[in-house]
Amino acid sequence: MRKLLIWLPLAMFLAFMVVFAGGLISPESKTIPSKLVGKPMPQFALPAGIAGKPGLSSAELANGQPHLVNIFASWCIPCIQEAPQLAQLAQAGVPIYGIAIRDRPEDLGRFLARNGDPYRAIGGDVNSSVQIALGSSGVPETFIVDGKGIIRRQHIGAINPEDVPGLMSALAAAK
Amino acid sequence: MRRLLTIAAAATLVASPLAPLFADSLMPAARYANEQLADPRQERQAKALMETIRCLVCQGQSIADSDAEMAGDMRALIRTRIEAGEKPEAIRAWLIERYGDWVSFTPPLDRLTWPLYLLPALFLGLGIWITSGRLKRRRKS
Repeated sequence: MRKLLIWLPLAMFLAFMVVFAGGLISPESKTIPSKLVGKPMPQFALPAGIAGKPGLSSAELANGQPHLVNIFASWCIPCIQEAPQLAQLAQAGVPIYGIAIRDRPEDLGRFLARNGDPYRAIGGDVNSSVQIALGSSGVPETFIVDGKGIIRRQHIGAINPEDVPGLMSALAAAK
Repeated sequence: MRRLLTIAAAATLVASPLAPLFADSLMPAARYANEQLADPRQERQAKALMETIRCLVCQGQSIADSDAEMAGDMRALIRTRIEAGEKPEAIRAWLIERYGDWVSFTPPLDRLTWPLYLLPALFLGLGIWITSGRLKRRRKS
């Protein structure tokens, strides 16, 4: 028994090293979901992100019908990837409102000309304040908000073609 | 060797489109992202809070240490609110309401985290008990 016990510290050290090396080789990186899902949209009023399109305020969003609030930016590469899916949703009649993070009107104009413009309105969030108020941790992210202004769901990352049916049914459930 | 080079070249080609995923914007940093508050007492409060708020982009770093744009915007938000007279703990609570306990480096004492606070005291007590027992035995012999 004693003889075996002598090896215990070494065994514990090796077990610790395995955990340590595991953490170094594949560090934990997780998506942080917003805690506001199920709660009302925070109050905000953003100026127009681009000339010729209205800005966005939380008051306008509680308009009786469910909609998507898409957090995006002209400098965000996955946002290009999700543009066709947003176009498809807009074509299906889904109201999409944009919040452009840290963006300039001229860059935004170029982005929309290249990738299509599915947005009814775009609020310019120059200092990420509304993004932080929403509990969003990056671009792109999409929130499903129901007609009363309650956040029903958060989609983190680009909307891929396989995500569209799920979003459509969540929108229908938010009616 | 030749084959190794080919593999390396192929790997670079595959990996390169992934590299610019986390591009930065062209906008300059917010005013209070890197500028201190005029009142040193308020700046101390803001700094202390920033050191215990976790960056959402570089997840192991505090927003005080991170160069991510979002961390800069969070520093600006904290400084602006402290300047307006808000208490640091109220700002922490506001952030936790949005991002969960995860965003704070100082975990609260609750049903899930009590061992964090209790176990060190327990281990210290255990250590003192074992040592004192041994010392007593040694004195006797």
